[in-house]
Amino acid sequence: MALTLMKGSEAIAEAAIRAGARFFFGYPITPQTEIPEYMSARMPEVGGCFLQAESEVAAINMVYGAAGTGARVITSSSSPGVSLKQEGISYCAGAQLPCVILNVMRGGPGLGNIQASQADYFQGVKGGGNGDYHLLTYAPSSVQEAIDIMMFAFEKAEKYRMPVLFLADGIIAQMMEPVEMPEMVEYKVDPEKKPWACTGWKPGDDPAKRGVINSIYIDTKRGVINSIYIDTESLSIHNEHLQAIYKEAKANEQIWENYKTEDAEFIITAFGTVARIAKTAIDELREQGVKVGLFRPISVWPFPYDAMRETICRDQVKGVLDVEVNEGQMLEDVKLGLEGAKPVRFFGHLGSQFPTTDEIKSEILAMKEGK
Amino acid sequence: MSVVFERTKLLTDKQFHYCPGCNHGIIHRLVAESIDELIQEGKLEAGNVMGVAPVGCSVFAYDYFNCDMYEAAHGRAPAVATGAKRARPGTLVFTYQGDGDLASIGTAEIVHAAHRGEKFVTIFVNNAIYGMTGGQMAPTTLVGQKTTTSPNGRDEAWCGAPIKISEMLSEIPGAYYIERCAVNTNANILKTKKAIKKAFQYQLDGKGFCLIEVLSTCPTNWGLSPVEAMTWLEENMIPYYPLGVKKDKGAE
Ligand SMILES: Cc1ncc(C[n+]2csc(CCOP(=O)(O)OP(=O)(O)O)c2C)c(N)n1
Ligand code: SF4
Ligand SMILES: [Mg+2]
Repeated sequence: MALTLMKGSEAIAEAAIRAGARFFFGYPITPQTEIPEYMSARMPEVGGCFLQAESEVAAINMVYGAAGTGARVITSSSSPGVSLKQEGISYCAGAQLPCVILNVMRGGPGLGNIQASQADYFQGVKGGGNGDYHLLTYAPSSVQEAIDIMMFAFEKAEKYRMPVLFLADGIIAQMMEPVEMPEMVEYKVDPEKKPWACTGWKPGDDPAKRGVINSIYIDTKRGVINSIYIDTESLSIHNEHLQAIYKEAKANEQIWENYKTEDAEFIITAFGTVARIAKTAIDELREQGVKVGLFRPISVWPFPYDAMRETICRDQVKGVLDVEVNEGQMLEDVKLGLEGAKPVRFFGHLGSQFPTTDEIKSEILAMKEGK
Repeated sequence: MSVVFERTKLLTDKQFHYCPGCNHGIIHRLVAESIDELIQEGKLEAGNVMGVAPVGCSVFAYDYFNCDMYEAAHGRAPAVATGAKRARPGTLVFTYQGDGDLASIGTAEIVHAAHRGEKFVTIFVNNAIYGMTGGQMAPTTLVGQKTTTSPNGRDEAWCGAPIKISEMLSEIPGAYYIERCAVNTNANILKTKKAIKKAFQYQLDGKGFCLIEVLSTCPTNWGLSPVEAMTWLEENMIPYYPLGVKKDKGAE
């Protein structure tokens, strides 16, 4: 298949459409404004709906409304906007609505800056909104990978009935890369497959026609998109149900990449664009005879703890260098997973400047020299 | 024996949780009857109805309206309804919201739904108080009205004069039909029903945003008996919030 040179944001937007998304609700914010701009022109071409919301708060609630009908719905924003979406994301998680949310991360806190950053790892992976919930969270490290993830994102969201979050740093959205764009997926709402959705229930309808009942604990056969369970018993049943889903996702949905880790004495852990910079540093270090490899989580929730341990907890591995563009957020998961089995060093930048290969190399060399 | 009166099919048989004398129940019934009638009249296909419940005393409205329902975050019902209606344009969509929900935390969402001329109907239940949380001051609380967060009565100099949502939204070009009603007398109940049904009809005709404000009692948090509450509404709320059509593009 032919490669096309595309800007990350536009490629991601096109991939969403190819994956069956027909509803986009969003609000402009750098560095992802090209996504709504692209959607505004492209959605009408495919009979879809682009709507510029009055705020990110409204946008995510429009997602809640449209996703409740069973449609494939997407919204995108950048850090301050994603903060505003947290209320709605928590409601989507509580009401078990499949949808896709893009966070093209920029520097924070507050207004921060408009440059790329990775500082929303905690927000994305550890919660963000209120309540015991998780999002299937992916951190692509190239435009092609973002496209490929998008092609299964809706299916995963629907399988587990949970929102999918893309944690992409601004560089992914802003750079141009040659990509292979997949074929268009035909998606149509099937009430039998989404018996929970608002697809047109009427009094007298045979409940059996809806397939399974709305959920294990709501006795209505109508579509009821809801996150309130007022008595302690039903809320705990609901939350146990959510946790069972998360457990299944943890068992089945971890994805990661190992790069030159087989004989490595030092392992770099990194996600997104930083991992690509690390690969160049690894290649250059190997030319100097230093055996370095990379462990890169692609799903940051569920975090691939076991795979990371298998990669790192081996005799020849002397240490781990975690590199991020934040103050060490994924670092906590790296340490949690390793349980002190190996020394972990951190290198990061706080102001949106990305680490250079030279910086990463000198960190590894310092580790090698025991500094 | 022939049936002369029965419960509308658009309400489930779940018992309302509302306090005695609360107007929410009457308003629910009027909304449900109006939809049911449109179905009976062949103007609307059964099943093509979606409602959005708010956060407030009517948070459980999804249990009562016998159609596909959403429960929205506090104030966000108009955004949820926007998404739902855009996704299924052939359905009748309504939001049901209190005054804390709509006139305070959700002002941006309602203003912009009106501004975009969203084709759904909002039933706005104004009881001049936050009922569900136990009677705090709302933006609609009258000057001098005592609430748990205005214990000496609402002070206009300190927190402004009560907001008149219907008048305000009428100024928005995208708003199609806005009327303020009350359910304090039989005559007013009938007028409210007519207004609600008209708003739904406009929606079926593909017209823009419609809002029916219904002045409503909260005997529990007003500290009055149901009968006293009706009198209080008549003597205090109606003079400040005049009833009637605020905007009707269909009649122009
Ligand atoms: C984000 C958020 N803030 C606050 C609340 C608490 N809360 C629940 S209902 C309510 C007020 C509802 O008042 P109103 O809309 O007037 O409805 P009523 O109960 O009077 O019918 C508030 C503040 C909440 N649920 N969510
Ligand atoms: S608290 Fe007030 S608004 Fe709420 S149900 Fe009781 S009377 Fe009605
Ligand atoms: Mg109220």
